[in-house]
Amino acid sequence: MRYALHAEWTKLRTLASTFWLLLAAAALTVAVGAAVAAAASCPAGHCAEDPAKISLTGIYLGQAVVAGMAVMVISAEYGTGMIRLTLAAMPGRISVLAAKAAILTGLVLVTGAVAVTASLLAGRLTLPGHGIGPARGYPALSVADGPVLRAATGSVLYLTLIALLSLGAAAALREAAAAIGGVLGLLYLFPIIATVAGSPDLARHLQQAGPMTAGLAIQATTSLSSLPISPWAGLGVTAAWTAGALLLGGLVFCLRDA
Amino acid sequence: MTAATMTPSRPGATAARDSFTNLLRAEWTKLRTVRGWVIAIVIAALLTILLGVWTGAKSQNGCPGGPCHWVLPTGPGGEAVTDTFYFVHRPLAPHGSITAEVTSLSGVIETALTPQGPARTEPAVVPWSKAGLIVTASGRPGSAYAAVMVTGRHGAAMQWNYGDTAGLPGAVSAASPRWLRLIRAGDVITGYDSADGARWARIGTVTLPGLASTVQAGLFVTSPPDSVTTSSGITGSSGSGDPTDATAAFNRVSLRGGGPGGAAWTGTAVSGGNSPFETGSEHGYRQANGTFVVTGTGDIAPDVTDGTPIDDSLAGMFIGLIAVVVVGALFITAEYRRGLIRVTLAASPRRSRVLAAKAVVLGTVTFAAGLAGAAGAILIGTPLLRANGNTIYPVTTLTEVRVIAGTAALVAVAAIFALGVGTILRSGAGAVTVIITAIILPYLLAAGFPVLPAGAADWLLRVTPAAGFAIKQTIPQYQQVSASYTPFQGYFPLEPWAGFAVLCGYAAVALVLAAFLLHRRDA
Repeated sequence: MRYALHAEWTKLRTLASTFWLLLAAAALTVAVGAAVAAAASCPAGHCAEDPAKISLTGIYLGQAVVAGMAVMVISAEYGTGMIRLTLAAMPGRISVLAAKAAILTGLVLVTGAVAVTASLLAGRLTLPGHGIGPARGYPALSVADGPVLRAATGSVLYLTLIALLSLGAAAALREAAAAIGGVLGLLYLFPIIATVAGSPDLARHLQQAGPMTAGLAIQATTSLSSLPISPWAGLGVTAAWTAGALLLGGLVFCLRDA
Repeated sequence: MTAATMTPSRPGATAARDSFTNLLRAEWTKLRTVRGWVIAIVIAALLTILLGVWTGAKSQNGCPGGPCHWVLPTGPGGEAVTDTFYFVHRPLAPHGSITAEVTSLSGVIETALTPQGPARTEPAVVPWSKAGLIVTASGRPGSAYAAVMVTGRHGAAMQWNYGDTAGLPGAVSAASPRWLRLIRAGDVITGYDSADGARWARIGTVTLPGLASTVQAGLFVTSPPDSVTTSSGITGSSGSGDPTDATAAFNRVSLRGGGPGGAAWTGTAVSGGNSPFETGSEHGYRQANGTFVVTGTGDIAPDVTDGTPIDDSLAGMFIGLIAVVVVGALFITAEYRRGLIRVTLAASPRRSRVLAAKAVVLGTVTFAAGLAGAAGAILIGTPLLRANGNTIYPVTTLTEVRVIAGTAALVAVAAIFALGVGTILRSGAGAVTVIITAIILPYLLAAGFPVLPAGAADWLLRVTPAAGFAIKQTIPQYQQVSASYTPFQGYFPLEPWAGFAVLCGYAAVALVLAAFLLHRRDA
């Protein structure tokens, strides 16, 4: 396993695109978060804004880049035929997939932590100027605050879960474009379909079931009762999707010829 | 090797090899022989239809205890209208006029409604409270009309058949009254206003075709709900507003050319539309010493709150869109992956023609799939929605055709956009990520799942390729109706074709850049 980890780390480390994609994921997350924080305003002083959620809006975009990078971790090998060499060198397919998952988890955890910290910092600097700050009774965006800490760590974990979900989908589908299309569809389509579900109950159930709508409930720090699902339970839904994708991907990866 | 085997199989084949038709055929063959792509495109169309059917079958809307079938009154132009006002009227002959001086317009907003009535009322006039003179074909909701009026905050105005023209600015008061006059000459009605009753200015002249010889003319007062928009959070709630009513005083009311049926004024509460404009005050009028004091609530305007637009059946289009974008990106990136691109470019060295042929084939196929999906979803889903008690906004056939064909075109242009970005990036996953985050994510953040403030949402739907979704908008915004015209409510900041043009612009830029890079780079 140690050799598998070393091999996967070398493969990812020596690809220029890995670094650039992770940098892009972090930069886009921070940029979108900062832009939304700059656009937010609450002149009257009693609006239902959630400073942590506003600052972390960038995750909606950042997760797409993370998913794309995660898909490439395995699909690129299928694209170039490298996968046959990998599996000849390390016939234990489970350990290959596990090594990829472990390296990916480490990379995304670091990227996510940087992106989330910078996003919250940007929000902390911008939002009080727009009437959303401690002066108006909103929580300060500091990790010493319990709900803000939950939103921050939860967002990092969410990004990691999405990366692993993408890895599982790519292992199952092999084709990079199809895998990323499937993952982004799974993330973005639930809320769109929920808007036309007709009954509010059904819409709520769809939001509880969607990996993005449920998982990003973790970003809420105010009015938790109006959420479709409680923060940690929501992240649990995302984790269940990830586990399912990894199981399916692992099964297909083990049973199919490369 | 004999001479016979060297002969081209078809005469002129060498000359025709580079013809565009042959290129199209080659690309068509490439597309239709990849089983996964064909399955993806067929599934895209089928899922679009299925989700339309599902939406129609799931949406139950109706009275407590079971569906009830509301019918929105429709105006002379076929649009859904709300026609609720208090009307003090007399018959009017083909040639006549009505004149009055409005000396006050006041109102109340009723907040915190309970089943027992409003908990609080506060005096306030909403911007589109209306009091004035109206000539209407029958007085029934949706009938042809022309009216001059003073409004809460939009000055004097003339409105007819659900359109609007502004007149004198400024609010009305006893110190600054507004004189109003409507003159009827057959089908032609002219509205005037004046600050002193001596110098009159014409606001507008309208023709109401087919007006009966005797119509109803008189005073009307109405006041729409106070528009409040709250939009925030993960569930994206929104509120419509608190009921209001308005009271106006009319002096020196004179009607010339009264029709048969009596010289007495009659008060009628005209009511149409779904929203009961609940109000605690009495509707009605008092007449004393030549002054009429009329109280009313409601609106005479196009209806923008009570119905379901037909594009609610089109949510499945987003699933189809993702499938088609994946195929569009792979249509070129798979060639790079397999090395087929070198054969393609060797066989047809004029590279932009290859790209053009790919775009034509891909665009045609995805347009056909989009057309099947959108037509199926709307033509099956909308009747199902209606059968489940939903009030569907009536639209003209032309609008329905625009929504269906426009959705198909949207899908085709998105696929071509993916082809262009795929050529630029030479990576299928990269192209799919870029296209989905550029088209679907902005729509999601702005309209589907509002996490953005309204200003930022509007801006996103103007400048990103997601502007193209405006093509499915069916209910226009009316400046004379206060409502929350936000993307979440289905209103796009750009006109349907303007929004679609933004998406086409992105696709065109991507294709031009793709052609340039295809020429510059080795394959």
